[in-house]
Amino acid sequence: MKLTGAQILWECLVREGVEVIFGIGGGAVIHLFDALPQYPIRFVLVRHEQAAAHAADGYARATGKVGVCIATSGPGATNLVTGIATAYMDSSPVVAITGQVPTPVIGTDAFQETDITGITLPITKHNYLVTRVEDLPRVVKEAFHIARTGRPGPVLIDIAKDVQFQETGFSYPDQVHLPGLRLDFSDDENVQAAADLLRQARKPLILAGHGVILSGAGRELRALAERAQIPVATTLLGISAFPESHPLSLGMAGMHGFYHVNQAIQEADVLLAVGMRFDDRVTGSPSRFAPNAQIIHADIDQAEIGKNIRPAIAIVGDAREVLSKLLQLVPPATHPEWLAQIGQWREESETDNPLNENHDGHPLPQYVVRQIWEVTQGNATIVSDVGQNQMWEAQYYIHDRFNSLISSGGLGTMGFALPASIGVQIGRPHETVWVVAGDGGFQMTIQELATVVQENLPVKMAILNNGFLGMVRQWQELFFNRHYSGTRLLGPDFARVAEAYGIPGFTVREKDQVTPILRRAMEIPGPALIDFHIHSEENVYPMVAPGRAISEMIRRNSYQTV
Amino acid sequence: MRHTLVAMVEDQPGVLNRIASLFRKRNYNIESLAVGHSETPGISRMTFVVEGDDRVIEQVQKQLYKLVNVIEVWDVTRMPAVVRELALVRVGCPPEQRGEVTELVHLFRARVVDVAPDSLIVEITGTEDKVDALLGLLKPYGIQEVIRTGRVAMVRGNHRSSEPTVSSPQ
Ligand SMILES: Cc1ncc(C[n+]2csc(CCOP(=O)(O)OP(=O)(O)O)c2C)c(N)n1
Repeated sequence: MKLTGAQILWECLVREGVEVIFGIGGGAVIHLFDALPQYPIRFVLVRHEQAAAHAADGYARATGKVGVCIATSGPGATNLVTGIATAYMDSSPVVAITGQVPTPVIGTDAFQETDITGITLPITKHNYLVTRVEDLPRVVKEAFHIARTGRPGPVLIDIAKDVQFQETGFSYPDQVHLPGLRLDFSDDENVQAAADLLRQARKPLILAGHGVILSGAGRELRALAERAQIPVATTLLGISAFPESHPLSLGMAGMHGFYHVNQAIQEADVLLAVGMRFDDRVTGSPSRFAPNAQIIHADIDQAEIGKNIRPAIAIVGDAREVLSKLLQLVPPATHPEWLAQIGQWREESETDNPLNENHDGHPLPQYVVRQIWEVTQGNATIVSDVGQNQMWEAQYYIHDRFNSLISSGGLGTMGFALPASIGVQIGRPHETVWVVAGDGGFQMTIQELATVVQENLPVKMAILNNGFLGMVRQWQELFFNRHYSGTRLLGPDFARVAEAYGIPGFTVREKDQVTPILRRAMEIPGPALIDFHIHSEENVYPMVAPGRAISEMIRRNSYQTV
Repeated sequence: MRHTLVAMVEDQPGVLNRIASLFRKRNYNIESLAVGHSETPGISRMTFVVEGDDRVIEQVQKQLYKLVNVIEVWDVTRMPAVVRELALVRVGCPPEQRGEVTELVHLFRARVVDVAPDSLIVEITGTEDKVDALLGLLKPYGIQEVIRTGRVAMVRGNHRSSEPTVSSPQ
């Protein structure tokens, strides 16, 4: 029996276990949409293709499965670009499907033609242009394989319109033949050498990144840390790889890492960096990063080894495998002095903690975040946006549940949170999902409130509204003499906007309203939005100025003198 | 330092584009690139000359290796290898100078492959230095056109090349 290209595509997706796709149709995918309802795949109509890519990305991060989005040729495809780049920077397995103009007119600047494979070359792990229906099953098979194998990432499949209605016999390959895609694992010698270093360490430290979450290595990480009593710091995307209320947990490191975290990194004698890539937001000045440490770098992508930081020992491999091997080789140990020292630094950090301050009037954003933690009992999955809100969330929500923070780290894409939360909530239908966003970023994809309603998703939304592009304003305050150029932001009445979409909306202007309104939002079975009018010039502290060592921080209480 | 890298790549549409895109995106300095079929059907062989310190070259190899269509990568710079380039040179040459030019050409074991009333085409194979030297000597006669293929390299001895330099992580 012959099937059309459109049918073949969906047959393949069903075989790959795809249950939901996010997107918007158009002329170049109309045949695909025509065939779609025959298949057990939920289609989520978003309001902008960028949101489709973010939702697929959010779904992938929340479930560990490949997220899928779809768009038409031309503007549909180009609208995906920000979302694809976001997924690429954060190693998220996404397959993006786009329609292309018919084969005979490719290259003629036909209506809504755009070279999307050319455009996405640098922001995909791989991409395909399909011009023969016979190639489609192999291409789809390979695309899913590439997206989730090794270091995950987005793959784009551009399908010419005529391919979608051409017919051919269908069989789905059960293997891929990709000689250039190999999985590397270092020799056991390197793992042994790493274990030896850790055994000899007096001030060991683990720095865990997104790779630990992507490989599902939470248990192994915890076992290793507990066995050898090694404190654990994380990158932004490593948050929730290790339970944050654990005595060995330090928290997030880097540009907005707390005093004790960065201090511990700078003093450590052995640093095991696992599933992370020494991003500049983590290292500050790389030449002055962890100056006393012999660094063990374990990552699945061997190109990350030695890219930014030269390690003493390199281990190429999946974080879970590396950690379980280390677990067998590292003997139990204690480091009471080291942990006591860190304890002292931790007390020092507390002097910066705004939650210890009395305040009234407009609530402090840190307080709002901590109250979200309270009312959700730490059980929510948080999808944060980008800017100050993202950092306050990272600092003040205590993530004990594995993989409970989803955020755009590498690209830092404002507007990520709301659309990503759609994918997260669909991937975790029984969980409480909170969006934490700024008033700027929220307005970048605010149209997705309609999708939330149409799909009946009980997403809760907290806007930390400071009337500024806050993080940029903070830089202007600290480094440009308070020259607030282009950062004052006029927003709508978000509660009324929410109501217009059919979502209960609240506005909070006083500190003492924070918790009661959060509780009300939690009691509502569907979505709810709260607009928190926070102190407009509150800053994220500590802060390491770009290019500085991570120990050179501007702290909350020392700022006036800087 | 200049490095010579060899890559075996799947012969598929867009591969060259992927590699060019990678070099541009990562800001690597590529001096020459030669591509052609290899001994295996469906696999092309590329030779790159890339300028950079060891750290950059290591990154170039690792990043190349990450491309799905790239199968193997070697740095043959420090291996004993046969390294060649081919050039065609059109030199201005009235009939009375033909003898002189031809003599120079022979000194370099190069060949005259076309003769026109006022010019010659010279074909030379060798290292870049040798090609440069001949070009230098031909310059006074008036070089009208040059085409150089860029470097190709093959490791000496029995092995096809030794072990790929990045496929086994250190
Ligand atoms: C799409 C995009 N545009 C611009 C930026 C640069 N940027 C980083 S943070 C920021 C301000 C964010 O303001 P807001 O969303 O209100 O959050 P806040 O920092 O106030 O919490 C900007 C403009 C970005 N990260 N992403």
